[in-house]
Amino acid sequence: MRGSRLFGAAAILCGLLAPGFASVAMTQQQGGTLRVTHRDNPPSASILEEATISTDMPFMAVFNNLVVFDPESPVNRLDRIVPDLATSWAWSDDNRTLTFQLHHNVTWHDGKPFTSADVKCTWDMLTGKTDSKLRKNPRKTWWFNIKDVATDGDDKVVFHLKDPQPSIMAMFASGFAPVYPCHVPANQMRTHPIGTGPFMFKEFKQNESIKLVRNPNYWKPGKPYLDAIEYTIIPNRATMVLAMVTGKFNLTFTGELTPQLMKDIQQQAPSLQCVMQSTNTQGNLLVNRERPPFDNPLIRKAMTLAIDRKAFSDILSQGAYPVGGANLPPPEGFWGWSKEYMETVPGYGADVEKSREEARKIMRSLGYGPDHLLPLKVTTRNIQDYRDAAVILIDHLKTIYIQAELEPIDTSVWYARLLRKDFSVAMNIQGTGTDDPDVQFFENYLCGSERNYTSYCNPELEKKFHEQSMMQDIDARRKLVWEIDKQLQEDGARPVVFFAEAGTCWWPRVHGIRIARNTIYNHWRFEDVWLDQ
Amino acid sequence: MFLYFLRRLGLMVFTLFGVSIAIFLLLRIAPGNIADILFDSAGMIDPAEKQKIISDLGLDQPLVIQYLHWLNGLVHGDFGYSYVSEKPVLQEVLPRIPITARLALLAILFAVCTGVPVGVVSAVRQNSAIDYVLRVFSLAALSMPAFWLGLLVLMAFVNWAGVLPIYDQAPDSLWAALLMFGVPAATVGLRSSALIMRLTRSSMLEVMRQDYIRTARSKGLSEPAVTFIHALRNAMLPVITTIGVETAFLFGGLVVTETVFNIPGVARFLVEAIRWRDYPMVQNLVMFIATVVVAVNLLVDLTYAIVDPRIRLGS
Repeated sequence: MRGSRLFGAAAILCGLLAPGFASVAMTQQQGGTLRVTHRDNPPSASILEEATISTDMPFMAVFNNLVVFDPESPVNRLDRIVPDLATSWAWSDDNRTLTFQLHHNVTWHDGKPFTSADVKCTWDMLTGKTDSKLRKNPRKTWWFNIKDVATDGDDKVVFHLKDPQPSIMAMFASGFAPVYPCHVPANQMRTHPIGTGPFMFKEFKQNESIKLVRNPNYWKPGKPYLDAIEYTIIPNRATMVLAMVTGKFNLTFTGELTPQLMKDIQQQAPSLQCVMQSTNTQGNLLVNRERPPFDNPLIRKAMTLAIDRKAFSDILSQGAYPVGGANLPPPEGFWGWSKEYMETVPGYGADVEKSREEARKIMRSLGYGPDHLLPLKVTTRNIQDYRDAAVILIDHLKTIYIQAELEPIDTSVWYARLLRKDFSVAMNIQGTGTDDPDVQFFENYLCGSERNYTSYCNPELEKKFHEQSMMQDIDARRKLVWEIDKQLQEDGARPVVFFAEAGTCWWPRVHGIRIARNTIYNHWRFEDVWLDQ
Repeated sequence: MFLYFLRRLGLMVFTLFGVSIAIFLLLRIAPGNIADILFDSAGMIDPAEKQKIISDLGLDQPLVIQYLHWLNGLVHGDFGYSYVSEKPVLQEVLPRIPITARLALLAILFAVCTGVPVGVVSAVRQNSAIDYVLRVFSLAALSMPAFWLGLLVLMAFVNWAGVLPIYDQAPDSLWAALLMFGVPAATVGLRSSALIMRLTRSSMLEVMRQDYIRTARSKGLSEPAVTFIHALRNAMLPVITTIGVETAFLFGGLVVTETVFNIPGVARFLVEAIRWRDYPMVQNLVMFIATVVVAVNLLVDLTYAIVDPRIRLGS
């Protein structure tokens, strides 16, 4: 297994780097329209207000960030961050002040000049300090540590933090953190976004298409190479695959192909270049610890021990999905446990039968057994990926005297049910925009956090959340992160069952596509992409 | 006739009124509302912002007030505002109507042009080899689900012609439009064609046994004249009813075909609007489809009198 994973990682790296080097050897050509499939209708065009790749991928090219993850690097990590709208950045001695020096002579697509006031505006809006409010602010917790944003002339902006937080740079570099213009109202950004990016918004037809055109005044000389990017919304996967195979499109929507579908598409069109990458989306088990009998930690522990994570991976992805804790495991992830460390965590050992025997022992001590099964409903979102995982979970729970039935919930009320904690046991799948422990811990495990669906609360561990967040030494921080993650799994806070992977394909005539192996969210600026015509 | 028309118009308004109440209540009974879905999909809620949308949409008003407000808007041509697309409903819906109309009309044209002649041939050659073949074919066409047939057609085009007849941009000429809509129209029209064929066959068989057909033959009329002038015209009444029902169905029920062939028409848009509980959009779209259905039914009833002069509407 480990060998195949390493081989897979090597293959990904080769796949990522080989076309890149080939592109360097060729001369970039100007012109052409990049035609991309899109999986569904984005809820809006405002990246700051949405929590989905459906918005992030098509509209990221309209904007710039202060900094970005190095597009040439196949892994997004703190030491691979490069300037974008900022020319440089500097930390104060106490690591509580972060100063960005900004590019001069950058203009918004409507001709107005970009200044430090726009940066201040954006983060004041994200932290709720202005009257100009976002309708939705799904990543407000990312910026919990920002005390104040100040400008120093037009070209300098200073972030004052409550505590040192090196990984705030990872959040600034995320595709979900573009700089918005002060002078454009939030509602216009949802329908007709204005940015400083390489492409300008042209049209968004609901359920039909999204069109971007080249920004002739882009501040990076000579870029972008493409004349336009057109996304066609094709919700039906079978139609999308056929459209891709016939060459109607140059690129598939990112992370849209399951491992099986990627094999099929490559069989039909062997010259397509395809890369399987982690979507940083995890399947996890939610147990409502406020509802009896699940308020008993022993039952929660037994349920955790019943899970056979390898079976999930084998059934759902023919063994392609990696197993890990709260953070994405290596080689794709940077903060997840090593294989050796993972085997020390209860429920993650190779001997599943031994774990289940321990679970049955717990259940028997609580009065359950073959003649007295614990009935429950496994609630899940009524879409295929969720249902498939929930059915496997039900099968696993049977082995420890739990008789579960599936309760599929319509997408329209799924999140409302979770937020109201109106479930006993639920199978959940959720994505993380950035491979960073701060995002994971503060968003999902903090006492009282909105997305802490299981109401897990451990004040002692929370101190360690803050401690790791402030650490400068990456190796030391990773060690602490592993310990925190182990504690979370031992407490059954939100047992992680699998991490999903998915594929992206493009034709060889497309050059400059850079796929990161630990995220699907951050590499869609398209300023270096060109078409061999 | 004129009085009949006026009476039917009155009935049409009454039916639409009933539909408006039904769709309004059904949408409110369905769990979740647009405010829930808009906010919860992002996993975060700002109660004040959510409350603002609830107030803007009038969702905090009693149901009767909400309904009357919508009805008042309809009567005055105000179709409301979509909080999902943040555009007026009319601006979103209007460009999709011609797309679905084209597809539906082409499909029904295909169904009639193939179903009626094939039904006649099958009836005239009753119990012959060709009759058996056509009946088996029609049964197969009726049994095939649209999504499966659609995918099969797409795969056949990819394998044999190397092209994919899906909608990826608006056609710029009549010929391009015919090409783009022709394949999906034939695919979706096949089921209607089979239905019309079977109905035409059974209706023709009944008519062909009537005394006046024997009289026509004994007068020495040619067989085509007997079949097409005397028999077919009299056999068409149930077929016209079916054509009406199918046309109405095709206007609102093309969701599978629109999805498989990626056509941005009304049906696919309606499903997406329901998913978001986009009340103004769903209510007005359903009302539009209901209007088409009752109008087509009225047209069918009026056609009866033209096809069969013995029918005196309103007498």
